[in-house]
Parts: sequence; structure tokens; C-alpha cells
Amino acid sequence: MSPVDQPNAALPAGAAMRPAPAGRPRGPWLRTRRARATLWQALAVLAMIALLLWLAGNARENMAARNISFGFDFLGNVAGFDIPFHILPWSNTDTYAYALLVCLVNTLLCAAMSIVLASALGLLIALMRLSGNPLAAATARAVMEIVRNTPQLVQIFFIYIAVLQALPPPRASLAFGAGFFLNVRGLLLPAPTIDGRMALLGGIALFLAIAGWFGRQPGRLTGVLLGPALILAWAVAAALSATWELPALKGFNFVGGLRIPPELLALWLGLSIYTAAFISEIIRAAILAIQHGQTEAALSLGLSRGQTMYLVVLPQALRILIPPLTSQYLNIIKSTTLGAAIAYPDILQIFGRTVLNQSGRALEVMVLLLGVFLSVNLVTSALMNRWNRKLMLQGR
Amino acid sequence: MTARAIAPALRALFGTPLNAVLTLAMIGLFWLAIPPFVEWAFAHATWDGLSRKACAPDGACWAFVRARFALFIYGRYPVEERWRVGVVLVTLAVLAIGALFAPRGRGWCLGLLMTVLPIGGAILLTGGIFGLRPVATGDWGGLMLNVVITFVAVLISLPIGVALAFGRQSELPVVRWVSITFIEVWRGSPLLAVLFMGLIMLPMFLPNGVTVDNLVRAVVVLSLFESAYMAETIRGGLQGVPKGQTEAALALGMHKTGAQALVVLPQAMRLAIPGIINIVVDLFKDTTLVSIVGLFDLMGVINQSLKDPNWLGLAMEGYTFAVVLFFFACLVISLAGQTLERRFGSASRTPRR
Repeated sequence: MSPVDQPNAALPAGAAMRPAPAGRPRGPWLRTRRARATLWQALAVLAMIALLLWLAGNARENMAARNISFGFDFLGNVAGFDIPFHILPWSNTDTYAYALLVCLVNTLLCAAMSIVLASALGLLIALMRLSGNPLAAATARAVMEIVRNTPQLVQIFFIYIAVLQALPPPRASLAFGAGFFLNVRGLLLPAPTIDGRMALLGGIALFLAIAGWFGRQPGRLTGVLLGPALILAWAVAAALSATWELPALKGFNFVGGLRIPPELLALWLGLSIYTAAFISEIIRAAILAIQHGQTEAALSLGLSRGQTMYLVVLPQALRILIPPLTSQYLNIIKSTTLGAAIAYPDILQIFGRTVLNQSGRALEVMVLLLGVFLSVNLVTSALMNRWNRKLMLQGR
Repeated sequence: MTARAIAPALRALFGTPLNAVLTLAMIGLFWLAIPPFVEWAFAHATWDGLSRKACAPDGACWAFVRARFALFIYGRYPVEERWRVGVVLVTLAVLAIGALFAPRGRGWCLGLLMTVLPIGGAILLTGGIFGLRPVATGDWGGLMLNVVITFVAVLISLPIGVALAFGRQSELPVVRWVSITFIEVWRGSPLLAVLFMGLIMLPMFLPNGVTVDNLVRAVVVLSLFESAYMAETIRGGLQGVPKGQTEAALALGMHKTGAQALVVLPQAMRLAIPGIINIVVDLFKDTTLVSIVGLFDLMGVINQSLKDPNWLGLAMEGYTFAVVLFFFACLVISLAGQTLERRFGSASRTPRR
């Protein structure tokens, strides 16, 4: 409470014009400000408890009527359904609890893929708009406006039904060379086989990157980019050393290689393109927000254009960038649920639909679903906040 | 055009090697994308016909969209009752235009928009009294459903959002924590998941025998969901009002509640207009999600029409139509928002220099 509104707040309580000393209310106890505050809050709490009890009572009655009880023991039961796309091994004799993990991994896979592609596309659109080339800027702007002003669901359906479902069957696949094929059953890629030593190196690179993220590091852009650079370097080395298994047409279908199903492809592209339009605006605004004086000062100190961008503009732009970028990433994670619209086996499709229909445990499924999304969101925003603080350390 | 006018344009397009490459790449892209699209959408398109067979194989089959146009706009609303939808939508448009552009009486238009239209519209659309034939909400559909849901959800979520925004800043810890929890839980949950849950779970929490219409459930969930976002935008507005305003109002002898409601809130709402318009556009786009939970909005009607044996395989046409329609609808909302901002926004009250 500010000192200014204190006397006024005390007025209706019948106190003197001067603020009453705290802890010694004058007049009847009920008419002091603090007492009324406590009373209102107590009433609010009581009302809320009453509402919750009423809802819980109804739920219990309804569940009793349908002969079901509340509890998470059903998670140990055998699931008995198929999950059409999964990274973790899955057979229909596994339990519901394991199904939760399998489809959570599916959700996170799509979210991670979309975050990477959306960031890259967003950067591309932002750079086109900032390029100073009127043709490129106008094209980028037009694309951005169309994407931003149409529903995400329409875009996903467009990609899934109008584009991917209209592709030729496997025998007439579109071939892109180097083992890449596109057909109505999805995108086929060469599958790498990585030997043990390379995998070990990958583990070390990942550990170093994560350690660098959490550990102390100089608050420079170089430090921030070191982890991703390390992983990228490993990926290039692994790609060069791996043996690639190419998909090949056998009879009516392809054998070997990796297959990205059309559902994942549509969801991935849909989420990425939609979010990229928003990310491009965020990046552009962040770069434009760095005053021109900063660039001029850096140039007059003798830094090259590249150095100015890398050492002066980008580190400052990153600071402005991260909070809105975080909320876009959180949006991507939440929007993966749109997979349920095109039957991508994400957590909503498998748990909110299949498991719910099979087990009838609506309350438990709701608690699990919302719990999973709330915790994934909390973890992501905690990570992004950490990165944010790291960047904030430098300067100021 | 003289050489003097062309020179700067040429420099912008071909000034540096990188720019030249970019320009050529763009021209190449246009060359690849635009002629085939124009050919498909216009040159080879078929506009009339009774089924897919009437359409040219290499062009767009707009005959499909024309044949289904009324369905896309009104859904399964009975044909002879569609004038009621028309009256409601036209009234909405007239009142909105009046509230934005009328030389006087803008406040009246806004008042009618927020009180008479929702009640009158509900009576007119649902029917059942005054000799109007009742129309079940299950028959509402198409673009009209998207508009109705958006309008009602905005109307409900605005006051809740204001309450939550004040609640989040309250000095009473219980009120503050309840508001924060409410806002963060809704903002942390995916809309589709809560829509699913709302439709499946609601009967579970109501007394036995009480049923709630599916459309009402969807509107309630969407309103609560958007109110959390409204609250955050309005909180931003509240924080943007200088503290001196509250202090001045209190010094003039206003009650604390009065100072907030009459001095701070109007200024905060002005500051929050751009954010609120963004939420309305998002909400309008998000209304398509109701098609996944079994309502027949524009998206649902299009998906259903694509399964019609007479019009199989016309997804490209159907979704292109949806994209165009949504794009222009969002454009209208954005333009209305910009006008609102110019007329009532924070910039309109700053002295011109």
C-alpha cells in the first residue's frame, strides 16, 4: 500500500484523517480495514470450498451411478491398442502408463522438430524483410500476413488433406534423389546407422552442451552458441561416418530407411509455418529495437559489419527476443494437440480419445493431461528464463 | 517513367551482389509459383456444375464452393429461417460500423451492441417464442457459428478478464492467488485439450439429469480460456496507467473503488486495445477448433462436404476458400481494431505537436 492512499482507505472505517497506527485499530473491530479484508477473504475461501465440494459431490455421485471409482490403478492395465507411430518400442500388451510415455515422446518429438524449423523459417522471413530488397521484403510480408491471419487448423488440414493425401501411391513416389522419396504414405529418408564410438562422442557432446548451459560461462554470444555448435559439429561428423540405409521400393511399398508419416509431416509443417510468421515479427522487432547509434558507434570504433552484427547488435537483440520467443515455443508445445485433428498419435489423441474411450476414466485422464502440459510448460519456461538470465548478466 | 525514377528502384533491387541474387531468386520463385496458380485458380477453373464431373481436370472446381456456399455460411440452419441469421449478422455489422464511424451516438451503438444484440440475437436465432420456429443449436453452423461464438466469447471474457486483472493486483492474498492460479492454469493448457475435457467432463460435475447444450459448453470453455489472456492484456494496460492518476483521484476525494473503475480502468482499456484486438483475432481463428469436438463451424462443414460422393477430392478448393474467407474476416477485425485505436486509443488523447 502506498502512503498516499492510506488515509483515504481508512476514511470509510470512520477513523481520523491521519493513518491509524498499524496493529491498533480504533473503533469497533469489525469496521477496521484489516478486519474487513480478512472477512472478505474468508468468505471467498468458503464460497470456493463450497463450489469445489458441490462439484466433487456431483462427480462422486455420477461416478457411483456408473460404477466407477477414482484412482490411477488403471494405469497398470494392459492397453491392448496400437499406436500407429512411435519412437519408443510399443506392443499392444504394454500398459497404459507406458502408453503415456510413448505418446508423450511423440508429442515432444513433434514440438522439438517444430521449434527448430519455426525458428529457422522465422529467421529467414525476418532477414528477407530486413534485407532492404523491396521484392524480398514485400514477398516475406505477404506470406507472413496470410499465414498469421488464417487459422492454424485450416493450414494443417490444407497440408494434410489437400497436399499430402493427394500425393501419388508408393509405386509412383516423387523421388528427390539421395534416397529421399515422398508419397501418400509419408516422407522416406535414408536411415543412418551410427557405430558405438560415435554414439559415445555424441553423449559427451550433449553432456558438455547441457553442462555449459547450466554451468557458469562467460556471458558472451559465443558462450551461448557453443553448445549448439558442438552438437552441430558432432552431427556433421556422425553423418559423414555413418552407414546410410536407403529406402527401396519392394513390391507395393518401401522397405528400409526412415519414414515420417504424413500426420507428423503435416503437423510439423503446419506448426512451423504458422509460428514462423510470428517469430519473424519478434526477430524483426528485436533487431530494429537496437538503436542505430549502436551500429554507428561500433562501426566508428573500427569494427567490421560482421563484427558489429555479431558482437554488438545480436547480443542485445537476443535479450529483447527471448521472453516473446519463449511464449511462442510454449505455444508450439500446446499446439501439438492439434495432432488429434489429423490422428497423429500425440498425447491428446491417445490419452484424451483412445484411453478415455476404453477405460472411461475421464477425471483421471483430465488430471494427467493437464498435469503433463502444465509441467512441460513450466520446465520449458524455466529453461528459457535461465538462458534469459544468462544473457542479462552481460552489460547493464 | 523517367530514368530518374527508375534509378533508385534499380539500386534497391540490384545495388549489391547479394541483393541482385535475392532479386533474381524472387523472380524465379514468382515464375515458378504464380503462373501455375493463376492457371489453376482462374484460367482453367470451372464455375458452374452439379458435380465433380462437370469440372475440368486441370483447373479449380469452384462449382463445388458455389454449390455449397449457403452451407458454408449458414450450416444446416433451415433454409426458410436463414433471414434470421441475416438480420442478426447485418445488425452486428451496422452497430459495429456505427460504434466506430458514426459522427454521434457512438456510445449508443456500443451499448446496443453489448446488451440488445446478444439478447435479441439469442431470441431470434434460437426461436421458440414470438411465433418463431425453434432451431436447435445443433443446426447452427458455417461461418455464422464462428462469428456467433467469437462475439459471445468476447462479450463474456472481457468482464471476467477485467475482474481477474484487478484480482491479480489485489492486496488481498487469497484473491490474488486465486486469480494467478486461474490465469496460469488456463494459459498453460492447450485449448483443444480443455475443449475436449469441457465437452466430456462437464456432465460429470453437474447434478444428475442436468444437461448443457454442446454449443454452450464450447462457448463457456472458450470464454474462460480467453478471459485468462484478456486478464494479462488488461493487466498490462493497468500497469501502463501512471500512479499519479490514482493519487489524483483519491486526492479529489473519490473512493478507492471509484478511482479504479472511473479513472484507471478507462485509461487501461485504451492502452489495452491493440492487445485485445489481437486476442479477438486469435479467438476468431481458434473457433475452428470446435469442429474437432463435433460442432459444424465453417471448418467442420467444409470437412463434411469433402466427403460428399458428388464432390470427392476437392480439398484444395475447399480449404483455399476457407483461407480466403478467414483472411478477409481477420483483416476486417484488424482494420476495425485500428480504427478503434485511432478513435479511442491512447494516442487519440495525447496533444498533437
